[in-house]
Amino acid sequence: MATSSRPELQIQPWNDPQAVPYITIERVTKKFGDFVAVNDVSLKIYKKELFCLLGGSGCGKTTLLRMLAGFEDPTAGKILIDGVDMAGIPPYERPVNMMFQSYALFPHMTVEQNVAFGLKQDRVPKAEVTSRVADMLALVKLTQFAKRKPHQLSGGQRQRVALARSLVKRPKLLLLDEPLGALDKKLREHTQFELVNLQEQLGVTFVVVTHDQEEAMTLSSRIGVMNMGEIIQVGTPKDIYEYPNSKFVAEFIGNVNMFQGRMIEDLPDRVRIESQELGGTIFVDHGVSSAPDVMLWAAVRPEKINITIEKPDQIDNVAHGVVKEVAYMGDMSIYLVQLDSGKIVRVTQPNTYRHADDLITWDQSVYVHWHASSPVVLGE
Amino acid sequence: MIAKAQPPSGQRHSAGVQLMLRILQQFPPYRWTQARLLRWGVRGRTAVVAIPYFWLLLFFLVPFIIVLKIAFSETQIASPPYQPLLHWAGEKTLEIRLNLGNFMFLVEDSLYWKAYLNSIKVAFISTLLCLLVGYPISYAIARAKSTWRNVLLMMVILPFWTSFLLRVYAWIGLLKNNGFINNFLMWLGVIDEPIVMLQTDFAIYVGIVYSYLPFMILPLYSNLEKMDLTLLEAAADLGSRPFKSFLTITLPLSMPGVIAGSMLVFIPAVGEFVIPALLGAPDSLMIGKVLWTEFFSNRAWPVASAVAIALLLLLVIPIVLLQRAQSAEAKGAHR
Repeated sequence: MATSSRPELQIQPWNDPQAVPYITIERVTKKFGDFVAVNDVSLKIYKKELFCLLGGSGCGKTTLLRMLAGFEDPTAGKILIDGVDMAGIPPYERPVNMMFQSYALFPHMTVEQNVAFGLKQDRVPKAEVTSRVADMLALVKLTQFAKRKPHQLSGGQRQRVALARSLVKRPKLLLLDEPLGALDKKLREHTQFELVNLQEQLGVTFVVVTHDQEEAMTLSSRIGVMNMGEIIQVGTPKDIYEYPNSKFVAEFIGNVNMFQGRMIEDLPDRVRIESQELGGTIFVDHGVSSAPDVMLWAAVRPEKINITIEKPDQIDNVAHGVVKEVAYMGDMSIYLVQLDSGKIVRVTQPNTYRHADDLITWDQSVYVHWHASSPVVLGE
Repeated sequence: MIAKAQPPSGQRHSAGVQLMLRILQQFPPYRWTQARLLRWGVRGRTAVVAIPYFWLLLFFLVPFIIVLKIAFSETQIASPPYQPLLHWAGEKTLEIRLNLGNFMFLVEDSLYWKAYLNSIKVAFISTLLCLLVGYPISYAIARAKSTWRNVLLMMVILPFWTSFLLRVYAWIGLLKNNGFINNFLMWLGVIDEPIVMLQTDFAIYVGIVYSYLPFMILPLYSNLEKMDLTLLEAAADLGSRPFKSFLTITLPLSMPGVIAGSMLVFIPAVGEFVIPALLGAPDSLMIGKVLWTEFFSNRAWPVASAVAIALLLLLVIPIVLLQRAQSAEAKGAHR
């Protein structure tokens, strides 16, 4: 992923036992009546991280963010920011700024007044307000729109005003609630990189809430995947994609083929799983801790599966099937292959040269196979 | 078929509407009306739009012209008590006699402009009081739990179930010297002898504020209820304390509601007649009372009409100006 090569994050604070976390969330629970929005979440976020809370709607990610901002109080548990317990500290006294999903720009103020609002609350001298607002507007390339009202701006411009307004106070921590949700696809991709650049330039810690897994992968140093109010897995985008710790995470991030099976060979450095769904055995070249004879799932990503007409020279990780659907996407093609067992397998192949996809067509008899390092073995 | 001859003007109708139109076509009166209107070049849509114009013409513009006509005529002791504007002078001349005397009279006699000024003063103070009382109430209702909101609004509107006149009469019972309030205060021992409240300006203010408060609360409520509360969260997030947020965010954004509510209170309060007549002092100078006296006691219809025209002009000008300001504001505030 793009961000894993970011230099300052080569030193990964979460792997350093000496590192002091900037935000500590300790066993936080939030209930609305009987509904548990956030359930016993513990999390450590470090300085200069760009941490994404990723999950479907209603998974509690926004509630967690709002508790950091101070708009909701935890029912139980503790939140520390920079070592200070945030219990009872109102939003207007927290060293935190938030960018709202709806942007929440003040409609009766100009762009300039919107951005200056936060500084005026701190009684910053007038000359300094003017210069800092001007700097901020230059940073988000909105200088010529300073005198406009929010309703005279496009969606992308409003997003940048909201960003400028939340950054102008130079917060140590910026919370972003679906920051790119309202933008169209092209603009979103462009803005993703702008956000990452800005975050590196200013050295601010970002906590981003998103439901878009692609956005999370592009932006973050680490992702926390949430479901039903709980954090399921925390890790770098690569960890989460390549080593999901559960069926939920594997299925939530990207596409995946799941093969149910039973362990037949369990060694410290390799395992073999017999799967009726595959109609063969799955060989995995790394150890898996599991009780014998338990139902397991082997997860294989579509892009890690090869599709050939000739039978490959391997006994494991191979199955015969018939191509049921072909979708030509330009950069790659998606094949849905029905195995002899009846299971549909999704395979993607890059179109590395023109007409690379011509050989394999509808109703073609094919073999799907993959490398022994590809499957991830998951429990129920 | 008429339906073929006149396709609905550029609009697509839903299946249900089309069916209804087809059934309507079967009725001769409908077909006859449509055909006749069409012959005059009037389409159905134009006819529908014309109805409110026709209403205003009949019940606003025509009466206004009649009043205007009377205002320019001369008083006479007869029935009707004014001379006609037009009359034949000789065989071929039609004379129009515009009598400006009534308007001159309004300017010359200090009674009138004092009454105007006093009415405006009373209306202005009443509007201010309504705003002071109404804003917190509207705010509280708008921020109440949604299950409570309708109940609270109902309670604001509930007094309308009773006649306006009866409610003003009820205040006499409350305010008079041996009325409920004085008796209660004396029973408590707070006062030894009754406070004179009835037939004072105080009673007029009580009456106007009480009667017109709902007209302030309703537009304010509908404005405050629409407000996006994340704006207040954003303000808090940027370091603004709740009261400051109210002053910098809520109050400016509620200005259209404040203006609408103030207009709805101020305009009828200026011309108010019942409340000063029943609760105010006999010598309280309100333009509504002056108008009534001129018309019914003095039978000076032309002067009364001039008073009414002057009042209308006095009110219309600020309304037009305010509305222009408001529409400019609305263009800015809404996307």
